[in-house]
This record gives sequence, structure tokens and C-alpha cells, in this order.
Amino acid sequence: MTGFKTLKEKAIAFDRANVDTDQIIPKQFLKRIEKTGFGQYLFYEWRYMADGSLNPTFELNQDKNQHASILIANENFGCGSSREHAPWALLDYGFKVILAPSFADIFHQNCMKNGVLPIALPKEQIVQLLEKGKQQPYQLEVNLEKQTIGDETGFQVSFEIDAYWKTMLMNGWDEIEITLQLADHITAYEQALR
Amino acid sequence: MGQSIIEKIWEQHIVHQEEGKPDLLYIDLHLVHEVTSPQAFSGLRMKGRTVRRPDKTFATMDHNIPTDNRKVINDKIALNQMTTLEKNCEEFQIPLAGIDHPDQGIVHVIGPELGLTQPGMTIVCGDSHTSTHGAFGSIAFGIGTSEVEHVLATQTIWRQKPKTLKIEINGKRQQGVSAKDVILYVLSQYGFDFGTGHVIEYTGEVIDHMSMEERMTICNMSIEGGARAGLVNPDETTFSYLRGRKYVPTGEAFEQLVTKWQSLVSDEDATYDRVITMDAANIAPMVSWGTNPAMTSKVTDSIPTSSDYETAVEKKSLESALKYMGLEEGQKIEDIQIQHVFIGSCTNSRLEDLREAASVIKGNKVHPDVRALVVPGSQTVKSLAEEEGLDEIFREAGFEWRDSGCSMCLSMNNDIVPSGEHCASTSNRNFEGRQGSGARTHLVSPIMAAAAAIHGHFVDVRKMVERQPVR
Repeated sequence: MTGFKTLKEKAIAFDRANVDTDQIIPKQFLKRIEKTGFGQYLFYEWRYMADGSLNPTFELNQDKNQHASILIANENFGCGSSREHAPWALLDYGFKVILAPSFADIFHQNCMKNGVLPIALPKEQIVQLLEKGKQQPYQLEVNLEKQTIGDETGFQVSFEIDAYWKTMLMNGWDEIEITLQLADHITAYEQALR
Repeated sequence: MGQSIIEKIWEQHIVHQEEGKPDLLYIDLHLVHEVTSPQAFSGLRMKGRTVRRPDKTFATMDHNIPTDNRKVINDKIALNQMTTLEKNCEEFQIPLAGIDHPDQGIVHVIGPELGLTQPGMTIVCGDSHTSTHGAFGSIAFGIGTSEVEHVLATQTIWRQKPKTLKIEINGKRQQGVSAKDVILYVLSQYGFDFGTGHVIEYTGEVIDHMSMEERMTICNMSIEGGARAGLVNPDETTFSYLRGRKYVPTGEAFEQLVTKWQSLVSDEDATYDRVITMDAANIAPMVSWGTNPAMTSKVTDSIPTSSDYETAVEKKSLESALKYMGLEEGQKIEDIQIQHVFIGSCTNSRLEDLREAASVIKGNKVHPDVRALVVPGSQTVKSLAEEEGLDEIFREAGFEWRDSGCSMCLSMNNDIVPSGEHCASTSNRNFEGRQGSGARTHLVSPIMAAAAAIHGHFVDVRKMVERQPVR
């Protein structure tokens, strides 16, 4: 995982609530044993028609929405299964930041572990951003260090992030390496159990 | 001040605490399956790491194995995933209940069945329905593949202490109201994300009188309300279920464990971040009509209309759900025709579930427009059911009788509902495409699924007088 500090990139509107992980990456694509190559299957059921052609009405297929890195969505994004294939697919497709009023717990955690930044913002701000994101071109600047999001028209808000995850993401640290430095504590705990 | 069982278990498992960080928690049991583990094992290998406690790790195959003919696996990618698990378990010395093993089954069915799941434990698995194991008074939750790798390497996990939510269900259930109806009712009342950030403790008369199988059904669907974990205080029902199971100590050692487990029970003066109380008398047999589990109504009701909702987001969700489901606002639930019935999944595939369904099926025939299958939760459930003759009851009625696996709950194998067709399913999720592209899922209890199989549409099981004893 590489470190993440600031990013200024295209942001698009994905005005849907309760987007579940079965939609983000359907189960027929969970059989691979690698972490890569899932982007082509992202939102498969919505993105493609039965004959395999692109569904022209789906948001991500519209010309104006190509090459975006920031996805603006509605509440309870990522609900459902624990499949980490969901953030793998989002990342492989090109999304690095997801903005929504709320996220499902497991998905939120899975994003952090893979360097995808899920940012929860108040509903009113998301409503505003969804409107802005529907008009392209639109860019947002996300500053993880200062915990701010802004655009060129003067929109500027701050966001909350757990201090632990902020440090992990900014430095691109390997969590297992950090835990293994505490191996003595784990051994002591195990010995006390006996 | 008193403590809840959630706080007690949490405190007992803290390995390390540090300002500004989550707690480092010890994990007592790590369950592994073929779909969410391969990338974790390759991560270990890449960094030259090993599995810290293979003795606290247990693997099986359930998600994509065939349930009809196990000798022939045509799906080469699925086969690769299964052989990868075999190789990983061999290399890292992890016990495996593989495709031919008599203990094989859905990971959340075999954990309790083998006695691996015990009160007071912390349990994780790369599957969101790990919450099932909370029925035994353990903190059990689903994790992603990065965390599977983390637990394999360290036997610990970093976690922020969760908020606590007590759901107290009092009163008496009506005849024909199953555990599945109770949890679907909770979801229908409180929505799809009310539990986010919480561990749920289920209490009250109704829970006290439930069997372990019923408690597992309730805890299983905690995640459908957004709560990663849900649990029930251990009691005599728990202890007698566990006594004599394969991985549970015997004799004096067991009695000592019971004493320890009893001390975990929530104190009377324990406090919670949120408390919900409800009366079981209000609960009826439930049927989901939409594309998330909270979109559920009583079987005697009609599908809601746009005017029943306040916000634009809710109205839009209703509209798109009904479009996907091919249903109309205000349509009567009992008028929904079904073409498939699936009795199975980690929610409702245990012996008791099969007995219940069989008591409705016995002496009846599956409706000619319906294809129905029973997929037992484990090979053990399958053989016990066969000893009781349940397989004969199902077969005679026209059901297919299969080997165990996740099967049509998420249709990673060949058990698929065709596009546009409706399935009465005892599983846990009715998301778009879950049972197959374009498939229309209705979540119900085993007896409601059985009754729908006979009639070809939903019926209120409370009105069906003919229930045959099967034992």
C-alpha cells in the first residue's frame, strides 16, 4: 500500500443509497485467487447488458463520468458481505476516495486496509456534492493531512477520520508489521491463558 | 457499576492498549473458507510469515462447492480455489474439513456443531455471517481478507471498542412465528443500518425460550441491520447443546468451563448505549418483497406504497426495488407467485429447520410450477436428517435433496435462480442478483418456504392446520 496525502481529481455523482457489495462485485467474480484484475467486473450487473454490451444509462458508462477517482454516493454504502473484493474492484477501476453520508462497517475497514479513503460527510454536504458532481467537469481536492475537501468554486469542508487510520494511510504502513512488533505482548497473553 | 457480557468478553481479550489506537484483541477461533482466504495466504508467503496458531484455526469449503455431484467439478476456477485451500492448509498445518470430509459444511453451521464455537470466545471469519456464533455468548464478527491475513499471522486484531445495543423481546410468540420472523420483523421496524458500529445483545423471554438453532438464526442476521456482531447470554440451553460435542472438553473440565461461562452473563445493572424493547405478540410470519432485508412485511400485509415513505431517497429505493422485483405498490403479499423454493444457508439449514419444514411438507406435494430444493447446512445435518427419514418426506413431496454448502444463498455454484423468477428462500440476503442475475428473492422462515412450495404463492402458515409430526 502506498502512502496518501493529497489528491486533486475528478469526482462524479453516484446518487444511490444502500449500494451493497453484491452490486459492487457480484459473487461470480469472487473465485479468483489474486487481488488484481477486479476492476473490469465492478458494478457488473448494472454496468453491462445481458448481451455483454455496456448499459448506456448506467452512470459510470456515461462519457462525462470517465476517468474519475472520487465517487460521491448516498447512505450506507458498501453494506452486506465482508468481501474485500469490493475495495479491490473499486481501486482497480480507479477510485481512490468514496464520499457518502454513511458506510457499512466491514466495507469501511476493508477500504482503509487497501488505501481507498472512505469519507463520511453530513447528508446536506453530500446532497450539495451530488449536484455538483452531476455537472462535469468537476474536481475535488482531498487533503488527508489537513482533513479537508474543497473545490474551485469555494466549497470547503473538513472531515473526521480516526487518528490511527490517518497515520496508517498517510504512511502506507503494513499493519501486520506493526502488530508483530508487539509479539512479546501476544506471547505474554497466551502464557497467562494457560 | 455492572458490565454487559460484551464488555466482559472484550476486556478479557485485550492484548495491548495504547492512547490514540484501537485495542489489540486476541482471537480464540479463526474460521477459514475457500473464497476469502487465498489472497491472505499468498500475502503471508510473500513476506515469509507463518500462521501463529494453526491450532486455533479451522478451515472448510462451503461457498462454491457443488451440492449435486461432488465427484465432478466443472467450474475450473472454483476448483482452483478449492485446491488452493487444500494446499494452504497442508503447508500451514491448518485442520481442514474438505469436500470429502464427514465434518464438511457451511462454516457457521459446523463451528457450533463441532463444539469449536464456545461461550466467551472471540471468533472471526472472512464472512459477514460470522455473527451467527454470537448465539453461544461469544463476540463473533466478519472480517475482510487483509484481516484474515493479520489474524493468521498474529492471532490478534485491532478493534475500536464497539457501542452496545440491547434488544429485549418479551411476550409470547404466536404459533407459526419462527426465529426468522422475529429477526425479519426487527429489520422491518428499525431498518437496514440501525446497528452500524454496535454489538447487539438479544435478551428477553422470547430469546430465553429459544433453542440454540433459533438463537443462531437471530444472531446470523445481525449484520443485515448493520451490526457486525450480535450475541445471546449463555444459559442451560447453551451448555446442554455443547455437552459432548467433538471439540468440547468432557467431565470435570466441562463443568469448570460452565462455571466460567456463567460468570460472563450480563450484570443486571449493566448499561447500554441504546436499548430497544418489543413485544413478540406483534410479530407475524414475514416475507421480504424488496431488495434489502429491511424491505419486509407481514404475510397478511400488502407491499407499501410511495405515500408510506417520507424522504425522496426512500421513495426512490421503493421504486427501484419494485421495478427489479417485478411487483406493484399495494400488491398483496399472498398474491406473489413463486417458481423456486430454497431451504438452506447459514441462517436456516440446521436439523431443527429441516424438521420444521418437513412437518409442513409431509403428505403434500410441491406445486407443479415450483422447483424446490433442500440443502442441509452440513454433511452431519444431512446424515442425521436421513436417519430420521426427513429426506424421504422431502423427496416424496418433490423436493431435491442435496449435499451441504452455501448453494443458492449466493449462487456461486450451479444452484441459480433464473432471471425474472421468484424464489422463497430461507437465506439472509435479497440483494439484486444475489441468487442469480435478475433473480427475485423473498426471505422467509423454513415453514413459510415449505408452505409456499405447496401452494405456489405465499400463504400464512398460521392458517395451515395440517402440520404432521415428523419425529
